[in-house]
Amino acid sequence: MDIWSTLKDTFLDWESMKAVLPEMLKVGLVNTLILAAASVVLGTVLGMIVAVMGLSRRRWLRWPAKVYTDIFRGLPAILTILLIGQGLSPITRHWWGPNPYPLGILALSLIAAAYIGEIFRSGIQSVEKGQLEASRALGFSYTAGMRLVVIPQGVRRVLPALVNQFIALVKESSLVYFLGLLASQRELFRIGQDAAATNGNLSPLLLAGLFYLIITVPLTHLVNYFDKRLREGRPADLEVEELTHADHR
Amino acid sequence: MPTIVEAAASLELTGIELAFGNNKVLRGVDLAVPAGKTACVIGPSGSGKSTLLRATNRLLEPSAGDIRLGGESVLRSNPDELRRRIGMVFQHFNLFPHKTVLENITLPLRKIKKLTADGAIEAARIQLELVGLKEKESARPGNLSGGQQQRVAIARALAMKPEVMLFDEATSALDPELVKGVLGLMADLAGAGMTMIVVTHEMGFARQVADQVAFMDHGVVVESGVPEQLFTAAESPRLRQFLSQVL
Repeated sequence: MDIWSTLKDTFLDWESMKAVLPEMLKVGLVNTLILAAASVVLGTVLGMIVAVMGLSRRRWLRWPAKVYTDIFRGLPAILTILLIGQGLSPITRHWWGPNPYPLGILALSLIAAAYIGEIFRSGIQSVEKGQLEASRALGFSYTAGMRLVVIPQGVRRVLPALVNQFIALVKESSLVYFLGLLASQRELFRIGQDAAATNGNLSPLLLAGLFYLIITVPLTHLVNYFDKRLREGRPADLEVEELTHADHR
Repeated sequence: MPTIVEAAASLELTGIELAFGNNKVLRGVDLAVPAGKTACVIGPSGSGKSTLLRATNRLLEPSAGDIRLGGESVLRSNPDELRRRIGMVFQHFNLFPHKTVLENITLPLRKIKKLTADGAIEAARIQLELVGLKEKESARPGNLSGGQQQRVAIARALAMKPEVMLFDEATSALDPELVKGVLGLMADLAGAGMTMIVVTHEMGFARQVADQVAFMDHGVVVESGVPEQLFTAAESPRLRQFLSQVL
């Protein structure tokens, strides 16, 4: 058996790729980006709420946040997506019909919020106590001090971890496929999988993988950029620092 | 120094008590600072000096006693309102590192004093000029020396037009060569008529600038008086022992 030929037929069938490319671009990529972007936004908002609840001095706020995090971090993503996507569908179909996207986005966001909430919480807790104390000493309320001084610093510190979570969300968006998608609702993975089944080779799936990489690799570099900037400061700051060293008093 | 003190007020602490659980940190502290005067609080580590400052602006709530600002009791008023009348400078500066020097000062001016953006910037620049750091307004705190950071912290507190200033070991975290500049600024402020309580280990500053010095130990003011009397004719053996170790 010619291994190279077999591998080529399985993964690098250019004709199969060429045939599925327009649909991947116009339908799959767009839908994946919609699913991922909507889940990122909703998951980030929910995650911040979970984090703030988890940091509260009130037990009745802290405990629900802890239980929520334990549940949604502990369940397999596919199980949550199916339970929410299929389980709530009979109720929500009155509002937006059989479209699986809203519930798919909700499920992805709920899962992401559990992780993002923990990321935010660790970031906020890493901010020195003196920052809140200084803001309170100036006359800010606890809420204003947290909102204007502590949380912005905490979020900056966890930007790399946050972007990593966004990358995970892009990849997990493919799981919405389990909810059953119409042709126009298919995302990258589903289009690749359908074409792979039709053509009898995995080249369309490889192409889908390349599209995922086109989204995630720049995000990975964004993580590295944030990480570097957080460690070394902003370029403008570095210039200021050089000037300042000559003028310390 | 140009006039930067608009409305210095008297401050009276009476019988202030404060505990962390079973640990009584303040055991009935009395301290009265007339308007425009400077009181230095000295004493060994753990004597309750910093806690006293935090009780004064109610960052920590006293469990007993009274605080009178300008003759008016403020222990039952909104603590946020009280803190807007009392500026505080910390040992570790506590500038907001995600903001520029200018933004550190304009943030409370805009959000608390409700100044317009232009008004806040103008007020902040005046304060920065007073502390000699106008040219650093675009820098981040992390790119300034400790002395510069502390002067920005003082400018930030002064921009709020406080009636009293609290200094919590403002020079303890500074390299020795940077201490003089900050102490000079504090002395100027005292000379300009600000009411100040200064917790310090700088005995020279206490001796030269303070109108009165209070020696604290184990949560009480053991002895207080004018600097000359305290440093040359201390009555309590504990203060004499303390001074013999630090002078």
